[in-house]
Amino acid sequence: MVHFTAEEKSSITSTWGKVNVEETGGEALGRLLVVYPWTQRFFDSFGNLSSASAILGNPKVKAHGKKVLTSLGDAVKNLDNLKGTFSKLSELHCDKLHVDPENFRLLGNVLIVVLAIHFGKEFTPEIQAAWQKLVAGVATALAHKYH
Amino acid sequence: MFVIPSRLNAPQCLRKDHGISKASMQKRNRERLLVVYPWTQRFFDSFGNLSSASAILGNPKVKAHGKKVLTSLGDAVKNLDNLKGTFSKLSELHCDKLHVDPENFRLLGNVLIVVLAIHFGKEFTPEIQAAWQKLVAGVATALAHKYH
Repeated sequence: MVHFTAEEKSSITSTWGKVNVEETGGEALGRLLVVYPWTQRFFDSFGNLSSASAILGNPKVKAHGKKVLTSLGDAVKNLDNLKGTFSKLSELHCDKLHVDPENFRLLGNVLIVVLAIHFGKEFTPEIQAAWQKLVAGVATALAHKYH
Repeated sequence: MFVIPSRLNAPQCLRKDHGISKASMQKRNRERLLVVYPWTQRFFDSFGNLSSASAILGNPKVKAHGKKVLTSLGDAVKNLDNLKGTFSKLSELHCDKLHVDPENFRLLGNVLIVVLAIHFGKEFTPEIQAAWQKLVAGVATALAHKYH
C-alpha cells in the first residue's frame, strides 16, 4: 500500500486546489493520444483523431479527460485508500474496457508533464516526487482487480 | 501513427532557439532524478551529501555529473539516425562497470521531459513532447543494447 507523508499529502492537495480539472483533464488525455498514438484504439467512437490539432480540439476527448481527472480528484481525497477508491474502476477497465494497465502509467506521466507546464518552477522536485508517487499508486490501484 | 519528418528537428529546435542555459537544465534534470526516485542515489555514493532535496539541489558533484550526462544526450541529438552506435560504449560501461538497471534510463528520460516542460511551458506542445518521448525512449534502448 502506498504511504504518503504529511508533507506529500500537503503538496498534492495544495497543487490540486489550483488545477482546472476540465482543462487539465482534456490536455492530459489529448497528450496521451498524441504522444502514445496506440492509445487511440480505446477511443474509436470519439470521431476525428487524425492529427494533434484534431485530438486537442475534439470535444469528446475534452469531456472524457474531465471525467478521468475528476476521478483523480477522488484519489486526492482518499490518499490512504487508493485501492478501495478505484476498485470498481479497476474491474471496469479489466472486464469491460480491456485496457492494458501500462497505459495507466503512461497517462500518469503525461499528467505530470501537464502539471509541469502549468506550474513551471512551482512544480519543485519535492512536489513532483509526491505526484509521481500518487500517479504510481493510482496506476497500481487501477490494475489491482485485474485477473 | 502520424510521422511528421519535421518532428525529428523538434529536439534541435528547442535546444537552439531558446536562451535556456544548458548548464541550468542539466543540473535540474539530475537533481530531480535523485529526489523523485531516491533509490537512484545508490549509484552516487561518492557524491557526498544527498540527505535531503535541498542538499541534492545544492550538490556541486550532482551539477557536474548532470552536465556530463546531458552533454552526452547532445550527441544523440546530432545522431538521431544512429542512437545504438552513438551509445555503444556507454552501454557497455553502464552494464559492465556501473551495473545500472536500464529501467533507470527510462526514469531519467521522463524526468528530463518534465524539466523541459517546466522550462518551455506551453511551447512544449504535444507534438514536441511526442518527439522528445521518442528520443528518450530511443536513448534508453540504445543504452541498454549492449547489456548481457
